[in-house]
Amino acid sequence: MLKLAPLATLALMLGPVIAGLAGTVLPAFGYMPALGGDSLSLAPFHDLLSRPGLATSLALSLGTGLAASFGAFTIAILFTAAFEGGRFFRAMRALLSPLLAVPHAAAAFGLAFLIAPSGWAMRLLSPWATGATRPPDLLIIGDPYGLSMTLGLMAKEVPFLLLMVLAALPQTDSLRARHVATGLGYARISGWLGAVLPRLYPQIRLPVFAVIAYATSVVDVAIILGPTTPAPLAVRLVGWMRDPDLAMRFTASAGALVQLGLSAFAIGLWVAGERLVAVIGRARLRSGRRQAGDRVSATSSALAMGGLTAALLAGLVAIALWSFAERWRFPDALPGTLTLASWQAHLGHLGAASAVTLAIAVPVTLTALVLALACLEGETRKGIALRHRTLPLLYVPLIVPQIAFLFGFQILLLTLGIADTLLAVGLAHLVFVLPYVFLALSDPWRAIDPRYGHVASALGASPNRIFWRVRLPLALRAAATAAALGLAVSVAQYLPTLLIGGGRHATITTEAVALSAGGNRRLIALYAMTQMILPFLAFTLAALAPAVAFRQRQALRASA
Amino acid sequence: MTDAKPTPAPETTPPAELVFDAVRIERQGVPLIALDARVAQGEVLTLMGPSGIGKSTLLAYAAGFLDPAFSARGRVLVGGQDITGLPAHRRHVGLLFQDPLLFPHLSVGDNLAFALPEAIRGRSARRDAVHQALCEVELGGYGARDPATLSGGQKARIALMRVLVSEPRALLLDEPFSKLDTGLKAQMRDLVFGKARRRGLPVLLVTHDRDDAAAAGGPIVDLSPGK
Repeated sequence: MLKLAPLATLALMLGPVIAGLAGTVLPAFGYMPALGGDSLSLAPFHDLLSRPGLATSLALSLGTGLAASFGAFTIAILFTAAFEGGRFFRAMRALLSPLLAVPHAAAAFGLAFLIAPSGWAMRLLSPWATGATRPPDLLIIGDPYGLSMTLGLMAKEVPFLLLMVLAALPQTDSLRARHVATGLGYARISGWLGAVLPRLYPQIRLPVFAVIAYATSVVDVAIILGPTTPAPLAVRLVGWMRDPDLAMRFTASAGALVQLGLSAFAIGLWVAGERLVAVIGRARLRSGRRQAGDRVSATSSALAMGGLTAALLAGLVAIALWSFAERWRFPDALPGTLTLASWQAHLGHLGAASAVTLAIAVPVTLTALVLALACLEGETRKGIALRHRTLPLLYVPLIVPQIAFLFGFQILLLTLGIADTLLAVGLAHLVFVLPYVFLALSDPWRAIDPRYGHVASALGASPNRIFWRVRLPLALRAAATAAALGLAVSVAQYLPTLLIGGGRHATITTEAVALSAGGNRRLIALYAMTQMILPFLAFTLAALAPAVAFRQRQALRASA
Repeated sequence: MTDAKPTPAPETTPPAELVFDAVRIERQGVPLIALDARVAQGEVLTLMGPSGIGKSTLLAYAAGFLDPAFSARGRVLVGGQDITGLPAHRRHVGLLFQDPLLFPHLSVGDNLAFALPEAIRGRSARRDAVHQALCEVELGGYGARDPATLSGGQKARIALMRVLVSEPRALLLDEPFSKLDTGLKAQMRDLVFGKARRRGLPVLLVTHDRDDAAAAGGPIVDLSPGK
């Protein structure tokens, strides 16, 4: 059983990606017998190129994606360099970890509620500062340059990258390296960039690539915050894939390949940037310069970090307020009366959508957890860590843009006869949940002192008994957290649910994004709140489980 | 979970002579450590040498979890039976490390119950056996305690009893006293060696502390380079 686990995991995680890519390539070149395409041609690409505004869509995808990734990366790195180990740093870290569980769509709605012309920020400033008694006629949400979309992506990627940095820091000996640099007379940030970053960066490189791929191909955030005339490429692809005119599927497939190339190109540009920075950085190190605008960098990174976090939090508060607002006239700073009326009126719909969401998320998460535990336990029994070989594979589903393979995967599911079923949606979610569960579980698992297992087996305990009675209890906290993360990832999935479910399974997230065009804030707020409540509940349960199970065990109660 | 399963009649496995027969351990083809030795019942054989020389690797080989980075030849026998082919949990070879490694999720009593052989059946019989073991190291009332609340000396004593109640046929000690205070050290040495001798256990002790070797009172194999 255990021997099969790595194979099963890889098949479930990479199978859909590979099959999906293949299923995209063929129709992209006109081959899809079911739709009458039985010869290879470049017609789909010709058709794609003739779509109006295609160049703008491509430029938007590339520009917003790279800008958001670069911004988030720079903020996370400079902020860590300037404040690592300090109280401000710890406070931000405590704030940001829960924000990571907030689905992208909810965060985007929050930002929209905050910065729209009739948003909370304008209400707080009006009329006393702006003089406005009615919302100004500005195009902020959906601006043609995708600025609010970039901001939304950045606000959500900063916590992700910061947590990746935090996970990698212990292996870099960062504090001592910085002390050495300080002793040699280097200012804080300059010393950190020279002594710690070169060791840190290789470990966060794959997450950075995942951010770039995600930001250049995002759909839900783009629908909520992005421009519409034209929209970024990925949004238009979804439209074509769901077009009643089936012939559009060829164009969509060609577009999906272009999207794949675009994201790869963005990562390529980033890699070229890496080279450049390495050359410049080495020259700088040799020059021995000990200062480089340290104060400016520290201040601006603190402002950016604080500003983005504040915006994210304020947006979430705005969502909460709207969900309880009876009336909230512009420019009132707060709604007049708070009421449960909206919640009560829509409880049935919210409950039904939550039930579908959990019907997908819970089995998917449990499957991922069992597979991850089986892989890790097998690895422990063999005494070999597979880390270096498997780590890049875990990132494959996170780096290949979803839209590039989901459509092709759908075609495979059609031939298997399970298209549009809940099982199919679950399989698609598993592709994205597995890597996160595995990544969250593997480090704490490998950190368990192997001698516990050795002692137990010397006491006569069989391998199975050691797993159930020793290793699993020791990893209970990590397993619970990994499961909560898996659930949060599944809850947040928009594209796989929509495309693989054929629009038949209305989850909280697909409903929320579908509402965005309507602009009914109260209704959007209800769904966005529910989107946050589900992962929040999961993480609360995950925190409670070990606290209850080990309430009489000091060593395991303290946060590990 | 396995308690309910009907198990074959338990093998009685009394302590017996421990033999290292031409054991050679290599790392990537480079010889690391070799041992030919015979440890009689109730005797302590001490392996001396600086760290990094492969003493712990030798113990890992005997106990059955040699890291795959190493390769080993030769046999380890207990009472004439070659145990090198057996899985670790069937070898009946007890282990003590420098850390007590009490399972942090189990109470003190459950740590001992975990080690108790399945042959001791019935809830009350097992509870009595645990209690008796605790009394043997003067910790009679400690069964329900959280291991994290014990002192270093108490943890060390529980770790010792945990090994002993599992009824090993031989004992492997990997620097078991090195983290204890000086006063405690002498006390634990007497306790460990005394109990091992009384039970007739052959003991292989790995250490870099001459006082350990002296207290053990048995033959010494010095593995320091140049010896």
